[in-house]
Formats: sequence, C-alpha cells, structure tokens
Amino acid sequence: MLSKIVRTAANQLIVFIVIFGLYVIAHGHLTPGGGFQGGAVIVSGVVMLLVAFSSKELKKSLRERTLSIMESSGALIFIGLAFAGIGIAFFYNFLVGTPIFGRIPATGPGPGDIWTGGFIPLMNLAVGLKVVAGLSAVVLAMALFSSGEEIE
Amino acid sequence: MKRQVTGLIVLLVVVAFLVLGVMLIHPFGYPPSAMDDYIIENAQEQTGSNNVVTSVVFDYRLVDTLGEATILFTAVTGVLLLLRASKRREESS
Repeated sequence: MLSKIVRTAANQLIVFIVIFGLYVIAHGHLTPGGGFQGGAVIVSGVVMLLVAFSSKELKKSLRERTLSIMESSGALIFIGLAFAGIGIAFFYNFLVGTPIFGRIPATGPGPGDIWTGGFIPLMNLAVGLKVVAGLSAVVLAMALFSSGEEIE
Repeated sequence: MKRQVTGLIVLLVVVAFLVLGVMLIHPFGYPPSAMDDYIIENAQEQTGSNNVVTSVVFDYRLVDTLGEATILFTAVTGVLLLLRASKRREESS
C-alpha cells in the first residue's frame, strides 16, 4: 500500500478513467475505439488501484468469481447475438432498420447518431464486459500470486 | 555438418519464399481489388455505423473478432487455472 496522497489521488482519478472507458465502449460505432480499446482503458484504472492499494485490499471488493461470471456472460451475449440472426446468416446484423439501434446515417462524413449501427453497439458492450472482467481477473490473479495471497 | 547443410537449405528456401512474397505483393495505394471500395461506399447504409473500421471489425469480419474473443477467454482461463493449481500444490506439499 502506497502513501495516503497516492491513495487519495487514485480514488479521485478512477472515476474519470472508468467514465472515459465507458465512453470509448459506448461510442465504438461513431468514434475510434470499441470494446477492446475501452476495456483496456478501464483495466488500466484497475491496475492503478492495484498499485495504489495492495492486492489484499482490492481482493475484498473485486471477487474473482464475480469477474468470471461477468466474462462468461459477455461471451454468451456475443454468441447469443451472433445466433439471433441465424435465420439469414451467422453473424447477420439483424438490427439494422429496426427501432432499436436501427437508424441509417447519411453516406459520407457526419457527426453520427447514437441510435445507429444495428447490433454493433451491443457487440461492443459485450466485448467490453468480457475484456474488463477477463483482464482484471488476470491482473488480480497475478498480483495475488506474486504477493503470496490466496486466490479464490 | 549434415544438420548444418540441411538447415542452410531450409533457410534458403524460406528466404526465397519470403522475398518472392514481398515482390509479388501489389503496390501500395494501388488496390486492384474491388472489395475495399465496396466497403467504403456501402458500409454506412448496410451496417448503419459511421465508423467504417468498426463496421469491418464487428460486422463484415465478425468471425475474426470471435476468434479474438476466444483467444482472450482461453488466456484468462489458462492463467487462472495455472495460478490456482500451483497455489494448491504449494499448500499440499
């Protein structure tokens, strides 16, 4: 555990890091980024917490069982969305044209609209959930292992 | 000596294939394929996504993303399995 200054700064910064990561995930179909990139941003915040506080402290709030469930549910949403359009093709973008995320933007450059993209935003959310949970579990397990703590 | 000669021959063959592959690649900025033009023109109305890179990664080439997600899943499973097993063995010994 580092000094109180570092811990307080990390406590304040984690909010902005998580918000930025969620922004990158949620706007994956409009701006550069997506599920993988935004998930990596959030996991960098988790690593900051891991450095500022010890892995022993972080283990109390980040349970590895919860992280495993989150990762598996992300993978299941991904595969479920892939199978949802199987009437036409595997991985068919069945949401284009429907009221849910179905608006079609004008061809060419433009500011964009959050309700576009078909199932791409949902896929981004699923992949983001998967990356956040999976990489946090890996980082936490490695930190716990190297400090001799018990992994549960 | 024999192993060195065999290794040299294998090395020469591999280098020849690599050099041939680099020489046969089409020149930069000269796409004879119609596919990239097709994606640039039709991605927005077919997938509804303003970010064409995302529309390629998450729509046209989604099977590749599925493989990527599978790699991540396998890596996480492997790390957790390995660290837990080594921890248990330390306790039992």
